[in-house]
Amino acid sequence: MNGNRRQVLKGTGGMAVMGLAVSAGLFKPGSAWAQGAWNKAAFEAKSLADTVKAMGGSGATESKDIVINSPDIAENGAVVPFTIASRIAQTEAIALLVEKNPNALVASFNIPGGTEAAVTTRAKMGQTSNVTALVKAGGKFYYTTKEVKVTLGGCGG
Amino acid sequence: MADPMKIRAAMSGDKVEVKILMSHEMETGQRKDSKGATIPAHFIQSVTATHNGKTVLSAEWGPAVAKNPFLSFKFAGGKPGEKVSITWVDNKGDKRTDEATIS
Repeated sequence: MNGNRRQVLKGTGGMAVMGLAVSAGLFKPGSAWAQGAWNKAAFEAKSLADTVKAMGGSGATESKDIVINSPDIAENGAVVPFTIASRIAQTEAIALLVEKNPNALVASFNIPGGTEAAVTTRAKMGQTSNVTALVKAGGKFYYTTKEVKVTLGGCGG
Repeated sequence: MADPMKIRAAMSGDKVEVKILMSHEMETGQRKDSKGATIPAHFIQSVTATHNGKTVLSAEWGPAVAKNPFLSFKFAGGKPGEKVSITWVDNKGDKRTDEATIS
């Protein structure tokens, strides 16, 4: 009787492990894909035009429906908070670019349906620069630019 | 292994507001150490947020995202008690997943 119970326990334990392995296996292709998809060309681009090209577009149009919320003067370039919001319908992706950084692109976000087209994050800025928010909506690219002054750089040693 | 993320997920109207603070040095590869040797780049490359198995935000980051990155966004369709899971992968292949319960 007792031995039987042990066996049953062992059996279910084994099943649970199997289940975990399967779910771990399910997750793996996703993360491998995410890493493989890292757009090296876009992150090495030096300008807005090159970044748009690396992301698969031909050009970007200026738009007043994108809002960059950030300090006008950043005291510490190592941590500059940005909120980028897009009011353009069907926004698929939002990217943040700092023109005078060694590489312009800071981050890009994919916005699935149901997620608000607004993200907040913090970036490093080497010096005073124009900051561009790039939005992909309906297969087209839109952007808006503002200048952020930096009094202390974020890339120095 | 990196330190855990701090994740807050709370209802904000009919949407879920997620705030994440990750612990990562985000080394740019531009800096030099005291001997003049370049410190190799080490930064988070991709971030994925999922809710009920559905991706609610994915991001690709470069080294210019600030040290100990902060990220916040809102998504629709979540309810209190459900879980939001965040995963990041850095350029050395390290990864970390943490989850938070929506309150």
